[in-house]
Amino acid sequence: MVKYLLLIATLILTACQQKPEISLYQRLGAETGVEKIVDGVLYGIEHDQSIVQHFADTDIPRFRRLLIEQFCELSGGPCKYTGVSMQESHTGFQITQAHFDALVNHLITAMQQQNVAIEAQNEFLAMLAPMYKDVVYR
Amino acid sequence: MKTILTALCLLVASGSLMAGSKVIATGGATNIEGNSGGGIVPWATINGYSSSDEWSVNAFAARVGVDDFTLDSYGVGASFNNQWELSFARQKLELDTIGGELRQDILGIKYKVAGELLYTAMPQISLGLQLKKNRDFALPAAVGAGDDSGYEFYIAATKVFFDAVAGRNLLLNATVRSTDAHQTGLLGFGGQGLGRKLMFESSAVLLLNYNLAVGTEFKQKPNQLDFADEQHWRDLFAAWFINKNASVVLGYVDLGDIAGLTEQTGFYLSVEGTW
Repeated sequence: MVKYLLLIATLILTACQQKPEISLYQRLGAETGVEKIVDGVLYGIEHDQSIVQHFADTDIPRFRRLLIEQFCELSGGPCKYTGVSMQESHTGFQITQAHFDALVNHLITAMQQQNVAIEAQNEFLAMLAPMYKDVVYR
Repeated sequence: MKTILTALCLLVASGSLMAGSKVIATGGATNIEGNSGGGIVPWATINGYSSSDEWSVNAFAARVGVDDFTLDSYGVGASFNNQWELSFARQKLELDTIGGELRQDILGIKYKVAGELLYTAMPQISLGLQLKKNRDFALPAAVGAGDDSGYEFYIAATKVFFDAVAGRNLLLNATVRSTDAHQTGLLGFGGQGLGRKLMFESSAVLLLNYNLAVGTEFKQKPNQLDFADEQHWRDLFAAWFINKNASVVLGYVDLGDIAGLTEQTGFYLSVEGTW
C-alpha cells in the first residue's frame, strides 16, 4: 500500500514538474533575441551579391522594424505586424527560388549565431516555409 | 576503400568552394545507382545545391561489404535549376566466395515535376529513368537473364516535415519503380516469360541538426529468376553533411539472400563531393 502511494505521489510530482510551455518567442531570445536574429539576416543580405539588389530602394530601418514585428508576432510575442501582406510586399520583385533559399540560409546562420536551440529553429522555419508561395515568382 | 577515404580528406580539406543556394542536406546523398537519394533508394530530390538557374556537379564513391560480396560504385552527376539531374555510375560486384565479378553501367536522368521539398504542402515529386548495361553477361545469361541491358522508370515523392519528431525535421520518401532487372541489373534483365514489375521503395530520415541525419530504407525487390531467391533490401544509416561540398554516409545493410548465399549483411560507406 505504502509502495502504491509512493508510486502515485511520484507520478503526480513528475506530472507537476512538467515545465510550463515556454513560447517560441522566449526560446528565440525574446525582444533582444528577435532583434539580433533580424540584424543577422540584414547582415547576410547586405553581404550577398545574389539578393542585395532587391533591397536597393528599401527603407532599411523601416524594413528592420517590420521584420522584427513580424518575427515577434509569428513566434507568439507581444507585437503586431503593421506591414502589408507577404504577397503584396513581394509582387513584381521577380524573386526566384534561389533568392528565397539564400534568405533561408541567412536566417539559419543568424539563428545559429544566437545559439537558438535546433527545436526552436525548426518550429520557426515551419512557420516561415509556407510563405514561399506568397513570395516567389510573384 | 583507401581511395574513398583519400577522396573524403581532399574534399574536407578543400574547404567551402563554389556551391549553390539550396539549404544544406537538401540535395540528399547519392545512392549506389548514382542519383540523389539515400543509400539504396532514389528520392525526388535533385543532387547538389543548385537552386533556380544554378548548375551543380557531383561525384561519389561507395562500397557495400556483405558476407560474400563487395559492391563498389562510383560516378558523376550534374544538376540544373533544382529540376534536372543527369548521372552516370559504374558498379562492380565482387563475388568474393563464388569467384568472379559482375559489372554494370547506369545512366540516369531525373526531372522534378511538382512540389518543393521544404516549402510546399505537396511533396516534391520527380520522375526518373535509368538505362542499365551489363559489362559482364556470361553469368547472368547462365542463370536465366534474357538481356544484358534494361531500363527502369520511377516516380518518387519526398518531403521534409519541419519540427516533426522531438523538434527535429523528418524526411519521408516513397518511390515506385518499374523494372525487369535481377538484383538491380547486376544479374541481367528479363528472360524467358519474365516481365516488368512495379516495386515499392521507401526512406525515413531524421535530421538531428543541419549536418547530421539518421535514416532507414526499404527496397522491395522482384524475385524472378528460378536459380536463387532474391530478397528485399534494408538499411540503417547515419549521414554527415560536413559542408555543401562534402558528405559521408555510413550504414548497415541487409541484402537478404543473394545467388543462394544466405543472409548477406554488412556495412555501407559512401562519400560525395558537390560543387
